[in-house]
Amino acid sequence: MPLLEQVTQSILAVNGLQTQDVDRVMAALLSVPVDAADIYFQSSHFESWSMEGGIIKEGSHSIEHGAGVRVVSGDKTGFAYSDRIELPILLEAANNVKAIVRQGQQAQRQIEVAKSWPQLYQPLNPLKSLDDQEKIDLLKRVDSETRKLDSRIEEVMVSLIAAYDSVLIANQDGSLAADVRPLVRMNVTVIMVENGRREQGSMGGGGRSDYSFFLENDRAFEYGREAVRLAQVNLQAQEAPAGNMTVVLGPGWPGILLHEAIGHGLEGDFNRKGTSAFSGRVGERVASDLCTVVDDGTLVGRRGSLNIDDEGTPTENTVLIEKGILKGYMQDKLNARLMGVKPTGNGRRESYAHLPMPRMTNTYMLPGSSDPEEIIRSVKKGLYARNFGGGQVDITSGKFVFSTSEAYLIENGKITRPVKGATLIGNGPDVLTKVSMVGNDMALDSGVGTCGKDGQSVPVGVGQPTLKIDGLTVGGTSV
Amino acid sequence: MQNQEEINRLKNVVQQLLDEAKQQGASAAEAAFSVDNGLSVSGRLGEVETVEYHCDQGIGVTVYFGQKKGSASTNDISSDSLKETVKAACSIARYASEDDYAGLPDVELLATEFPDLDLNHPWDINAEQAIHIAIECENVARGYDKAISNSEGASVNTHQGTRVFGNSLGFLQGYQSSRHSLSCSVLAGSGDAMQRDYWYSVARDAGGLESARQVGEKAAQRTVARLNARSLSTRQCPVLFASEMASGLIGALIGAISGGSLYRKSSFLLDTLDTQILPDFVRIHEQPFLRGALGSASYDSEGVATRARDIVSDGILRSYILSTYSARKLGMQTTGNAGGVHNLTVEPGSNDFAGMLKLLDTGLLVTELMGQGVNRVTGDYSRGASGFWVENGVVQYPVQEITIAGNLKSMLRNIVAIGNDVDLRGNIRVGSILLERMAIAGE
Repeated sequence: MPLLEQVTQSILAVNGLQTQDVDRVMAALLSVPVDAADIYFQSSHFESWSMEGGIIKEGSHSIEHGAGVRVVSGDKTGFAYSDRIELPILLEAANNVKAIVRQGQQAQRQIEVAKSWPQLYQPLNPLKSLDDQEKIDLLKRVDSETRKLDSRIEEVMVSLIAAYDSVLIANQDGSLAADVRPLVRMNVTVIMVENGRREQGSMGGGGRSDYSFFLENDRAFEYGREAVRLAQVNLQAQEAPAGNMTVVLGPGWPGILLHEAIGHGLEGDFNRKGTSAFSGRVGERVASDLCTVVDDGTLVGRRGSLNIDDEGTPTENTVLIEKGILKGYMQDKLNARLMGVKPTGNGRRESYAHLPMPRMTNTYMLPGSSDPEEIIRSVKKGLYARNFGGGQVDITSGKFVFSTSEAYLIENGKITRPVKGATLIGNGPDVLTKVSMVGNDMALDSGVGTCGKDGQSVPVGVGQPTLKIDGLTVGGTSV
Repeated sequence: MQNQEEINRLKNVVQQLLDEAKQQGASAAEAAFSVDNGLSVSGRLGEVETVEYHCDQGIGVTVYFGQKKGSASTNDISSDSLKETVKAACSIARYASEDDYAGLPDVELLATEFPDLDLNHPWDINAEQAIHIAIECENVARGYDKAISNSEGASVNTHQGTRVFGNSLGFLQGYQSSRHSLSCSVLAGSGDAMQRDYWYSVARDAGGLESARQVGEKAAQRTVARLNARSLSTRQCPVLFASEMASGLIGALIGAISGGSLYRKSSFLLDTLDTQILPDFVRIHEQPFLRGALGSASYDSEGVATRARDIVSDGILRSYILSTYSARKLGMQTTGNAGGVHNLTVEPGSNDFAGMLKLLDTGLLVTELMGQGVNRVTGDYSRGASGFWVENGVVQYPVQEITIAGNLKSMLRNIVAIGNDVDLRGNIRVGSILLERMAIAGE
């Protein structure tokens, strides 16, 4: 069955609605002059399993559905939602939200709509890709294999999560777009103890696939091995240095730096409003000419990928920075229209109960030409940051921070000893201008990123090659 | 003011779930149902920006088959959906392992008294009126100082909800509560020197909110004060956490003495019960029965009675923060903290904020923290910060792009003073906190 038909069936028909009913709600929204209107239907299935202390400890399952109704007039938005997908309720919501429209344009009915787009993932239900006994067996095997790796392991925690999300988006031009979005995630955390010192290591991954993802290439067990390795490193870690120094960022997950320091500041809403440190800077140099950064929602099976965004726009590979020059911003429909540019497929929302806004998908830097070992060799004294915890940015001042979860000192061109979690702090518009070497080892993260903005969480991907930054503030205790 | 009819409607659904669980063979069960309605509006540059109508409901059930447990939830309360939800929970329980510590609370610990805590004050306000307040607030902020150059707008939020919880031991209770807020965020300066800050007020009763003028002025003052911020050189110095930042410090302490961290042995305060973890003068206590307060509750998320009690007195840790499960894992008794603490209060000292600045003398005042650099296992602490450099008790200039670092164990022991400038906007009530010294990293 074609995707659109399948989703129409699973969201509308099961609630006794037909596509004509959607038209009636849309007609109610369009009875006043508006610039845009949409109705977002969603049905989500979610499960999680967790293992701790050698037993299957928690399991949960949830089913949610609902619809959100939105009108936009100029830069004004009216929005209401309901968990009951019923015609009278949707009509009432439509009547409530259109009150925001006092004046406006008649909705443009001739918007170009892509009628087809490549399928970046299969419309699978990951919850059904293994039976419950097989899920349990997988968790137990990962737990027992991980525990064998080191006698200092005190505790192992393994979790397995799957979501199966169907969305149907009705736009003011009468178009209907559907997407079915599977997402799986696994995580292993170990706690290790030596001589009274207790440290932990954590590793996970996932993507828009089903549970078979974890069985391929030994991934599930690799997470366990990597978590143990990280805990072992942390057991050896000493005080982090403090001060301004050369920092080499490892490939893959450290791309969270791009996400925090650069990506958020390039989201269309902040730039339309002029509240970002990058506002009004398209065409200007914001990075060294070694840096090309893209936001790419079109990667097959990645955690941050989407066939279409939450406004029905097919995702794109958007060049944000090309050879150091700022090229453009990430846009949803509202901000694209107000800025006079095209939407880039970055209009995302956490659920039907949230408003869409410009959000990242998979944000990464393209590879350069340097051998990563050569990059390390070029540093006399500095920090090699191989893994990070979370980060945060103030998009207005441009200031960002993130915390290392695996880092080493570089002394005379050699990686010497591991250092404890240190905080790196810098200035977004500044940091990439200090990139002096870019590795040829571009890697994407393993599929664990979740981005928060205005209280809404969405899954994202990050990536980068090894990078050398000449001068970043490292906040350690060893002054 | 409690609408008993609405509470009873939810109670019926919860009872239906508990009955269904029994029907499907569960030996015990608990269920919760919450409904929340709200309105959020925002105005920016003098005009309405968004109007959002919120309407959420969620129902969750946990079933036990002996010592095996499973949970499920949904937002669809049709009777078919409720049956399916219970079935999903039962199916999970069949695959879960026997866990000796799993189960409902001991029946004698369940709450039996339900005083009116004065939590429900719905705000009779429509979108038009809310927009008016938001725009007034933003206008005050924009007009406050010539340096204010742009705005992220102001918003008014009002929420009212009903929560019911029941279990198969016969507990079935519910209450209504409200929560309203007013916030404003503006920018000052331009280009590389642009700064942004915000202020908000939150209360159960709209009458308890700061006025649009107060919120707008504070947002503008805070933003303008950040202009021309500098970094600091790397150094060690005393640090004063402004009260709105001090709650995070106390939050880290609470996390470390919470059952989940303790039985996982992932806490820097392991085995510290009845030992000194703070200076002699510090008292931290829980006040669950404060009328109209944001964290008040007569029972926790398992139905266990909450208690007014000391957690720290004379600097000595008197009690962990436990749920039924974590308590059993530790061989203790629940403290009525499933779901968290209730109006955790750090006894204020004698100094107001100005007095605390004098005590700081020369050092760093922290008004914003960034990032998640707090390691609960080791207590290592390293976060991005901004604030003000203070000399001889007088603010000199704003600072940014620095980090502050230390270890929470010694940071807590080295608290010099706690102010009486208590921030009442959260579940942790604490004034500003002065630490003897921390490591600052900057340019």
